[in-house]
Amino acid sequence: MSYLINSSEILQTIEMIDQQHLDVRTVTMGISLLDCADRDINVCCQRVYDKICTLADKLVDTGCAIEREFGIPIVNKRISVSPISLVAAACEAEDYVPLAMTLDSAAKAVGVNFIGGFSALCHKGFTKSDLKLIHSIPRALTETDLVCSSVNVASTKAGINMDAVALMGRIIRQTADIDPMGCAKLVVFANAVEDNPFMAGAFHGVGEPECVINVGVSGPGVVAHALKACKGQPFDVVAETVKKTAFKITRMGQLVAQEASRRLDVPFGVVDLSLAPTPAIGDSVAEILEIMGLEKCGGHGTTAALALLNDAVKKGGVMASSHVGGLSGAFIPVSEDAGMISAVEAGALSIDKLEAMTCVCSVGLDMIAVPGDTGADVISAIIADEAAIGMVNTKTTAVRLIPAKGKTVGDRIDFGGLLGSAPVMPLRSGSPAEFVARGGRIPAPLHSLKN
Amino acid sequence: MKAIVSVFAKDSKGITAYVTALLAENEINILDISQTLMQEYFAMIMLVDLTDCTLPFDQLSQLLKDKGVERGLDIHVQRQDIFEAMHRI
Repeated sequence: MSYLINSSEILQTIEMIDQQHLDVRTVTMGISLLDCADRDINVCCQRVYDKICTLADKLVDTGCAIEREFGIPIVNKRISVSPISLVAAACEAEDYVPLAMTLDSAAKAVGVNFIGGFSALCHKGFTKSDLKLIHSIPRALTETDLVCSSVNVASTKAGINMDAVALMGRIIRQTADIDPMGCAKLVVFANAVEDNPFMAGAFHGVGEPECVINVGVSGPGVVAHALKACKGQPFDVVAETVKKTAFKITRMGQLVAQEASRRLDVPFGVVDLSLAPTPAIGDSVAEILEIMGLEKCGGHGTTAALALLNDAVKKGGVMASSHVGGLSGAFIPVSEDAGMISAVEAGALSIDKLEAMTCVCSVGLDMIAVPGDTGADVISAIIADEAAIGMVNTKTTAVRLIPAKGKTVGDRIDFGGLLGSAPVMPLRSGSPAEFVARGGRIPAPLHSLKN
Repeated sequence: MKAIVSVFAKDSKGITAYVTALLAENEINILDISQTLMQEYFAMIMLVDLTDCTLPFDQLSQLLKDKGVERGLDIHVQRQDIFEAMHRI
C-alpha cells in the first residue's frame, strides 16, 4: 500500500488482538481523597462518595469509546484512591468498614470493575489509623464486592515491620475464615509503588497528583507467539524479540493512555507494562518460559528464564512510553495462569521455586492457594520471607495467599473470572511461631559491601 | 479522521464490490486498498477517510460488523493511529 503502514503490519496488529489475547488490561483512574477527611466518618464517607462519582463519572464510557474506536479491548476500568488509613486518620470512629462500603457503592455507581486503596503504609510502624484500618480488613473485604486492600509492611529504607507481618498473618487467617475470596483482594507488600494500576495492590500514593490516569497493558500471548518463531536461537535473539514485542505493546498502551487522559481531561501518569496472564489458554507467562526451552515451568532454569523475560519486557517498554511506571515486568499469579496451574498439578512447580522466581519477577507470591488449616504464624513467616527478598533486592514484592477453607493439598479452589482457580499447594513443615512472635523491626539492609 | 477497514472471509465472488458499496453509501472515501489471499482466506485492508461519513464512529463500526455477518465477512474498522503507534517510532 502506498501509505506508511503496510498491510502485513496491520494484519500483525489485528492478529495480536484477535488471536494472541493482546489487550489493555486496565485503565485506572487514581484519585486523591486526602481532602475528604473529617472527624465524623459519615461526613467523610459522603465526601469520598461524591468525589469519586464526580471525577470518575465518565471513566467507563470513555474507556468503552476508546475500545471501540481503536478496536483494542480494554478489559477493566478501575479506580485507585489514597490509602484510606490516611483519609480516615481524622475520624473518631474505631471501625472503617463504612468507608469500604462507601468505596464499594461509589465503584458500583460509576460502573468500574474494582476500586483499590483500602490500604495502610506501615513499613516502619503503625499509626492509630493504620491499626484501625487493618483490623477492619476482614469485614471490609468480605462485606463488599469491588474493594481491594493492600498493606505495605516493609521497605528497603525502613526494614521490615515484623509486628505488621505478624498482624497481617492473623488478618489473612480471619479473612479466609469468613470467605477465602476476600483474600484474593488483599495484598501484603514490601516496597509498594504509588502508581500501580493493577489490582489488588493499586492505591493512589501521596506523591501523586489530584487525579491521574494510569494504564496497564498486558500481552503474554503476543510474547509467546513471537518467541515460537525463534526456536533454538541463542538468548540474545530471545531477549531482542521480547524487547521488540514489548515495545509494540507498550506503544499501544501509551496511545490509549494519552487518548483517555485527553478525553477525561485528567493528566496521564504512567503506562505499566506487565505481562499479566489470564486463565485463557495462550495467555500464560508459564508458557513463555516453556517456549524458551523448559519442559515444565518450575523446573531448574525457570528463574533464569524469568529473569531474562522480566528485564527484556522493561527494556522494550521503557523506550515506548514517555512514562513507564507501576510494577512493569512479568506477573506470576498461579491461579490466573493456565500454565502455572498445570505446572503445580504436575508437581513441577513448588512454593519454594515460586519464592525464588519472585526474586526476579515484577512482584511476588501471587494468588497461591494454601491448605485451609494453615496457621497465621506460617502465613506471617511466608510474608517475612517475601518482604526480605524485596527489602534486600530493592524491589517490590508482595504476598497474596488464599487459605482455602476446608480444603487440603491436591484440592482446587475456584475464584471465577480473571482470578481463575488454584490447586492447593503444600507448604513446609516446622513451626515459625516463636520467630514470628518476637515482633519489632528487622533493620534496613546495608547498601555497600555487596556480595 | 482516517481509519483502517479490514475484511476477512473465505474467498468468494463480489466481496470487494459489497464492502466498497457499503462504504460509498455512508460517504466514506477509500484512499488506498490492498488485498491478499492467505490459503483460501481473503484479506482486504483499506485506508479510508471518514471526514464526510454521516454516522458516528460507534454506529459505523456496528453497521459494518452487522452487514459483514449477513454475508459471512469479518469486517473491522479501527482508527489508523493504533497501527502507527505500534509500528512507527
